[in-house]
Formats: sequence, structure tokens, C-alpha cells
Amino acid sequence: MADVLRFRDDDPVDHPAVTVDSYIQQANSAAVRVEPGDDARALIPYLDGLRLIEVNFPAFTDGRGYSAARVLREAGYQGELRAVGDVLVDQLFALRRCGFDAFEPDRPLDPADAQAALARWDHVYQPAADDRAPIWALRHPVTHG
Amino acid sequence: MYRYDTYDQQMVDTRVAEFRDQVARRLAGKITEDQFKPLRLMNGLYLQLHAYMLRVAIPYGTLDSRQMHALADIADKYDRGYGHFTTRQNIQYNWIKLAEAPDILADLAAVEMHAIQTSGNCIRNISSDHFAGAAADEVVDPRPYAELLRQWSSFHPEFTALPRKFKIAVIASETDRAAMKLHDIGIRMVRNDAGEIGAQFWVGGGMGRTPMIAPCINEFVPVDSLVTYCEAALRVYNRHGRRDNKYKARIKILVHELGADEYRRQVEEEFAHLQAQGIEPPLAELERISAFFADPPFEKDLPRGVDRSDPDFALWVDTNTVPHKVPGYVAAVISLKPVGGIPGDATSDQMRLMADLARAYSFDEMRVTHTQNIALPHVRQADLYTLWKKLDEAGLGTANLDQAGDIIACPGLDYCSLANARSIPVAQKLSERLAPNAAELGELKIKISGCINACGHHHAGHIGILGVDRKGTENYQLLLGGSEAEDTSLAKIVGPGFDEAGIVDAVETATGVYLAQRTKGERFLDTYRRIGIEPFKEALYG
Ligand code: SF4
Repeated sequence: MADVLRFRDDDPVDHPAVTVDSYIQQANSAAVRVEPGDDARALIPYLDGLRLIEVNFPAFTDGRGYSAARVLREAGYQGELRAVGDVLVDQLFALRRCGFDAFEPDRPLDPADAQAALARWDHVYQPAADDRAPIWALRHPVTHG
Repeated sequence: MYRYDTYDQQMVDTRVAEFRDQVARRLAGKITEDQFKPLRLMNGLYLQLHAYMLRVAIPYGTLDSRQMHALADIADKYDRGYGHFTTRQNIQYNWIKLAEAPDILADLAAVEMHAIQTSGNCIRNISSDHFAGAAADEVVDPRPYAELLRQWSSFHPEFTALPRKFKIAVIASETDRAAMKLHDIGIRMVRNDAGEIGAQFWVGGGMGRTPMIAPCINEFVPVDSLVTYCEAALRVYNRHGRRDNKYKARIKILVHELGADEYRRQVEEEFAHLQAQGIEPPLAELERISAFFADPPFEKDLPRGVDRSDPDFALWVDTNTVPHKVPGYVAAVISLKPVGGIPGDATSDQMRLMADLARAYSFDEMRVTHTQNIALPHVRQADLYTLWKKLDEAGLGTANLDQAGDIIACPGLDYCSLANARSIPVAQKLSERLAPNAAELGELKIKISGCINACGHHHAGHIGILGVDRKGTENYQLLLGGSEAEDTSLAKIVGPGFDEAGIVDAVETATGVYLAQRTKGERFLDTYRRIGIEPFKEALYG
């Protein structure tokens, strides 16, 4: 667990994640791992019982996990959402925006580079799973009267 | 024209800094070439045969003189004094050094330009009708919608690693000047019976090795849901598009395999879900953007018509200008296809001249056309003669719009590492061969690709040419009957291929069949559609 970059205050889950299939058959774990081909929506009925969802990136070029993360956050999942596998510095920002709040890369990231990548963008053009206001919202602030 | 505010400017400036940092980490060996490749692609940098190529975005093909001057300066400072305008309304430079790329991006950012998402498996620069804002037949100017989507798609966190590249075109006329149905998403802005503006969605078109014409997925998406619907269409693709085979990864394959109805159902379901997520910008944002595209101050009651006493000028007016929505104005197209030239190339001096002429005669606006020419959208007829004189002196007065010499050609084996054959020399020879007959042949769209990836749109050519590799030698297949216009059709291969000299002869033979068989008023394409492929086969192989 030493190499997990985590943006949460709660204690991490202390047992390994199970596959989506086995979780659905027998929901006796607080941690599940979503592979690129899994349908993240299959977990929606079970979100209350989950504290850790790992989304695996066997190759950083396979972007299905980005959608999986947003689908889970949009469904109201509040637990840890961890990107594991081929997770690189230059993907961190987009992953974070899609709702990931923990990263467990195969190879360690340079902490300074990772921090710079996450802090680089002051603004964003579109809403996502984070709480950043998009530029259009800054241009057109809603006035509450 | 759209102008950046401090937010837009900050976004491109941040991007320059990010890419500078990425290049530095690459050069320091902190990231591997495999890891770096998608990053440089999303900043427009390809590795070609001899050097890096940089593709600069020209959103919806619109630019002003200051920007064109900057493009000319970049050509001189970092390249070999020229650039190449592309079929997606962008410009490419062919001789770029990696270490200098961040500086080029910084020069671009200084004139509100960028190379964001001009390659890679992401949403690409959005193209549009090159006569937007000038065409008499448009329902509305399509560019504000394209700009809205430019911002939505820029750095979209969910769609940075799609199965494949993703191209969107937005038009707003019945006449299709942007090959809309040959895009991953083609959007046509329409007005419904109640007079409201909405977007017709055509999804799953494309060229490449499996050309497909997009089916209509939704007849009318209300304008206050445009972004949300796009996001739904993309999410279904990102989740379910094929990733097992790069040649089956475009959305056209997904739509084809699912069927348009099932794809539509999935998009509608996702759309219903996303509507509750608050991702749609308010209409006030569309209004803010639209204000930038208000008409320039057109003069009323201008004299119409031109003095036709100079026959060369009269020919250019007849060929290269098109009617404008305001009487007394025309849209004038500057051909980047001189006889025997390289289609779409312009020298830095030519760029500067076009920029200056646009400022003097076209409200400081230019458009890159998907046919690799430059349009001046709003020219007073009274100014045309002076304009043409200056163009002609610079070798830019060729009168061949949409004719045999107005050839689309991809870079081919002269530059491209994927090519099977050269495209440029074939285009040059054809343009020379057909030039004497070009006026007689009338509208004839010839399109050449150096390999099956179809960057030269050969499937959509009235006459298409595809370079293939036959036992290690360059060979060219001839295709007939394609169209990228509103009557979209895919060209068919006529028969066995030809060598370089043979393909030039073959095209001439095909035009001979047309001349012999046409009835009054028929274009090449019309004759082909009426008589079919057989008479051409007969003449070519009989
Ligand atoms: S069609 Fe082929 S040869 Fe031509 S530019 Fe595209 S990939 Fe290269």
C-alpha cells in the first residue's frame, strides 16, 4: 500500500478487491475491482455496501475506466475510487476530474511531477465528477436574489 | 470572429506550459516514447518519414490576418517557408524539431491559436461550412455551435483516450460543403416547424478502410441540449467502441455492428441520465459566443456585377466566386492548386499576401476550405478586379474551383510514414494533363490518397485514386462515382490498378467517356450515375 497516492481522510480498506462478477454473486466484500470490459453500472445497486472500487488500467491508452468512474460518481458513490495499473503522471488530472480520489500506479510516480500535473490547471471547460465550476459558469454566475 | 477572453487565453497558455514540461520530461528520459506519443499527438505532433509534422488547429476553418501572418512567420522561423492546408481546415508544417515545438505553441497562443487535439484518439478540431456567415442558404451561422463544442471538447477529461480519433463537423445548410455525413458525428443545424433551432445528428460516418455514410441518429436535438447529447453519444462510444482491433475502432463500426437503432437507444438512455447532471452550458453562453459571429458591417445597395472586359478575370469570377447572402458581395475562393503545383501548399509570402488582402477586402476574415483552398468570405464585387490582379501576380489567381485541377491529395509517400504510394506527383501530373480541358470538363472532383487511410478522401471523389503497394511498387486504383456533398455517395473501384503514368492516362480516358456520353448540363458525376460503371470499364480495360 505504500505507493498509493490518496486524496481521502478515511482509513483505507484493508482487504483485497474482488472481481465484479464474484462481487455480484456474493456481496461479501467492501472492495471490488472493475476491469475495462466490465459494466460499471452493474455495481449501482450495491454502492452503499462498497468502500473501495478499484478501476484497472492495464494500458493507459484504454480510456474506458474514465467513463466507469464518472458513471459511478454520477450514481452517487462516495467511497474510494482508485485507479490502478498503468497510471501515469500525465493522466492524473483527467482521472481526478472523472472522480478518482486514489491512485495506485504499477510504477512509482515522481511526486513532484505528480503534484505539478495535478495543480497545473486553474480552470476547466466542462463540468465533470469533481466540484470545479466550468468556465461557462464563471462567465455566467447565477445570481441568487 | 470569436475572440478569447482571459479564460480561453489562460487555457492555451497553460497548455503551452504543460507541453513544455512534457517535452522536457521526455528529453530527460522521464517518460518513454510510448508514453509520450499520445501526449504529443494531442498537441498536434506526428512523427513522419523525415521529421516531426505539426498540425495547427484552425477551428471551423476561420482565421484573421493577424493569425495568418503568425502562421507565415512560423513557416519561416521553424519550417521551410511553407505550410500545407488540410482537408480538415487545419494547417500542417512538415519539418519541425521536437525541441522547438513548445515555442511554436507559444507563438500560436499569442494569436489565440493552438494545436490542441489535432491528432490522437480524442475529439479533434471541429470543422464547419467554409461559407458560414456568407452563404445565402444557411439556417443560421453554424460556427457558434462549433465553438461551443470546441470548448466542451477541449481537455474533456472523460474522452482523452477514446478507441480512435473522433471528428465532428457542424453545418447549417441543405448544401453540404463540409462532408458532414463522412464524419464520426455530423451535425446539421435545422429549424423545426415551430421555428426553433435544433441539431440533426448523423453519427458513424467516415472514410478510411471501411468507408461509411452516417445514418441519422436524431432529427432534432434542441439547442439547449446540444452538449449533453454529444456527451451521451461519446460516452456510449468510449464505453462500447471496439478496442481489440485498431481498424475496427472508429465509431462507424460500433454504429454499424449495433445497428443505428440500438446505438440510438443507448444514446437516448445515456442522454436521459446526463440531462440530470447539469453539464449543459446555459443559453447565455451560446448567446455570448454568437455575438462574436454577428455580420460584419455590410454596405447596403452596393452596385452589382463586375466589368468582364478582361477575359481571364471574367473566367476567374465565373469559376472561383460564389453568391453571397448580401447583394453586391461574393465569397471568393483563392485556389491553392496552381497547374502542376502541390495541392494545399502555400508559401509564407503567399500567406502574408492572402492575409493582407483579407484585411483590405474581406472584413479581415479568411476560411480554410476542406478542399484545401482559402476563401475570402465577404468581398465587394467592386473590389474583385483589384483583388484578382494582386492574387494573379502572386500565382494565386488560378481559376479552377471544383474543376479537374482542384485536386485533393494527401501528403502521401513524400512525407507520410503510413503511405503506400506518392500522392503529390500524381496530383501534379494530372493537373497538368487535364488543364487544357478543365473548363470543358466542368465540375470534377478528383481526390487522391496514398494509402487506405483515405486522408485524401478518395472514396468521396467523382474520380478517386488510391495508392497501394503492389509487390513493392507503387500502384494506383481508380475509383468512380463518389461525392462528399449533400448527395453523399461512395466511389467504386473500377478494376485492376495502374502505375503512375498509367493512372494519369486512365483518368484522362475516364473523362473522355464522360465527354462522349454526357447530355446537356450533366456533370461527370451525373453522367456516371446515369450510365453506370460499364462504359468506363470498357474504355479502360476493354
Ligand atoms: S492517406 Fe495514407 S498516405 Fe495519405 S496521409 Fe493518410 S495515412 Fe498518409
